[in-house]
Amino acid sequence: MADSRPTQQAWSQDPDEFVRLDNLVKIYGDTVAVQSVSLSVRRNELFALLGSSGCGKSTLLRMLAGFEPATSGRIYLDGEDITDLPPYRRPVNMMFQSYALFPHMTVQANVAFGLKQEGVARAEIQDRVFEALDLVQMAGFSRRRPNQLSGGQQQRVALARSLIKRPKLLLLDEPMSALDKQIRQKTQIELVKILEQVGVTCMLVTHDQEEAMTMAHRLAVMTEGQIVQCGTPHDVYSFPNSRFVASFIGSTNLFSGAIVVDEPDHVVIESPELARPLYVDHGVSEPLGMEVHVSIRPERIRVLREQPEGDSNWAHGAVGHVAWMGSYALYQVKLDSGQAVHASVPALSLAQSDAPALGDEVYVAWSRGSATVLPS
Amino acid sequence: MRRLERLRSLFSGRALAIAPPFFWLALFLLLPFLMVFKISFADLKFGIPPYTPLLELKDQAVAFTLHLRGYALLFSDSLYIATYLSSVKIAAVTTVCCALIGYPMAYGIARSDPRVRNVLLLGVILPFWTSMLLRVYAWVGILRNDGLLNHLLLWLGVIHKPLEIYRTDLAVYIGLVYAYLPFFILPLYANLVKLDERLLEAAYDLGARPWRAFLQITLPLSMPGVVAGAMLVFIPAVGEYVIPEMLGGANTLMMGRVMWNEFFNNADWPMAAAVTCVMVLLLLVPLALFQINEIKQLERPRRGAR
Repeated sequence: MADSRPTQQAWSQDPDEFVRLDNLVKIYGDTVAVQSVSLSVRRNELFALLGSSGCGKSTLLRMLAGFEPATSGRIYLDGEDITDLPPYRRPVNMMFQSYALFPHMTVQANVAFGLKQEGVARAEIQDRVFEALDLVQMAGFSRRRPNQLSGGQQQRVALARSLIKRPKLLLLDEPMSALDKQIRQKTQIELVKILEQVGVTCMLVTHDQEEAMTMAHRLAVMTEGQIVQCGTPHDVYSFPNSRFVASFIGSTNLFSGAIVVDEPDHVVIESPELARPLYVDHGVSEPLGMEVHVSIRPERIRVLREQPEGDSNWAHGAVGHVAWMGSYALYQVKLDSGQAVHASVPALSLAQSDAPALGDEVYVAWSRGSATVLPS
Repeated sequence: MRRLERLRSLFSGRALAIAPPFFWLALFLLLPFLMVFKISFADLKFGIPPYTPLLELKDQAVAFTLHLRGYALLFSDSLYIATYLSSVKIAAVTTVCCALIGYPMAYGIARSDPRVRNVLLLGVILPFWTSMLLRVYAWVGILRNDGLLNHLLLWLGVIHKPLEIYRTDLAVYIGLVYAYLPFFILPLYANLVKLDERLLEAAYDLGARPWRAFLQITLPLSMPGVVAGAMLVFIPAVGEYVIPEMLGGANTLMMGRVMWNEFFNNADWPMAAAVTCVMVLLLLVPLALFQINEIKQLERPRRGAR
């Protein structure tokens, strides 16, 4: 059965491809948790699956670990079809959400557990356990029980435990969700450093877009069991392909309008919410007159006292609200059409110019390269 | 003012909630036991009550007399010692059998679909809805030489003459295991149902086959449930009277029967009281040691965390 499957053929041209999901589907009763997901992860890449709860990202991870059988589709790891292997035969290890450390075992026994199952010699287990604990700076805690450790310490033990078998693929299930917000960012960077030091391919699941942006080399945005966009954090943030992605990753201003000019190098869109047309310097292959949305990130919008030059990409309004965020100020400008536009103005430019205050009449403007047309 | 506050805290909700069970235990457990303890140091006397008082007014002086006849007899007569050993053995074998049968059952119920679970639990509890005496009588009917079991086996042709189970130790074991099995299953079930399934997934993920994951994760983590169930079976089984009386043979030695005989057949209250006190001691000392150990285990992590 396994021989008839075109295993080799399934491999694409990418020589670095290491993990490949091929039309993976998971159906529970009459609900489709994952519908036809295909993606590939490169060797030593940190790949993030990003989505809100119930989007199917955890189910996908559980299928990779082997806890949930796939309804259909295949999973390949390093050229091998692992779809039908039970979890204890897969060269895949997982760091669980809230860690799932064995409460009746010491830190040392927890970390050693994986090697013990393989029948590794006792002396070697000892060496490798301390090597792993050193890596996560927990060697001094080897005799403690999990309930004697803080959340951050537990996380490091869980990491050591999931790395000890040198898995081909490491799965991280919401690794930061059990930590306080203050130590999250620091921990994220530390975790990435350790993973890069070890050189392991990682699949990270998170609902926190900041976490995915901080940690991942590439990410995939999931909703309703499907991947809607996949790319580097920068690409996905700068060029979202849908309204969902644009508003899920960071915040954005959305305008709806119709295409009036569509050239290979630019489009012009007229929106009832803006007095002037929107001029975007990339083409879309959509019919004229089609209703589309345009996304402009708050940090791309300038707030000016004088009317900008040109006859596009600006609007007139009044400052409705100013929120001082420390390194920047978030302006809410109410346009003449009634539409609210958010602009984040860096503290530096606020200090230099005479900053508009609440109720002041202002103009908002953006450059031709700042807007992205979203066909859906 | 502070005294008033202390007085108020004494009558606070917590104290009021704890007081009734304490009062209940003191009145109906501690007090009767002290009475039995007192009687165990008296001597046999004809009359009502059938034992001598410990304190007596004799010639204007209070005389205090302790009789150790009961205890002396207890430790000199090999029958009593053999009975104690036999009771503990029967209770221990019963506990082990309950564990062997009850663990898979509790595990199966805890792992079953939540919708089926309550039905299965009901099945475990259902026998309690009829009287224990009736259920033991039913076993008499099943195990008797001309009972249901022998009829069935003869009819099937498995045996050619009736098995003699009724009035043997085997019948006592069957009756005890049957009667006490739910007491093992219920606390163990309560423990197993709480087991975090992610721990098992973590074990599989790290390469443990299901059977090894069970031995290394489920079994050690369910030990408190096993111990609770074992105590609930072992303690009452040591002093069980009804089952050995109705199913056991003449040479089934159990404490409960000896106590009954001393109280009601020999009317030797001091002897019966001594038998009871030694049995309580026999059960209390290991239990107390066990409890102390448990408390130490519980406190250790708390101390370490500071």
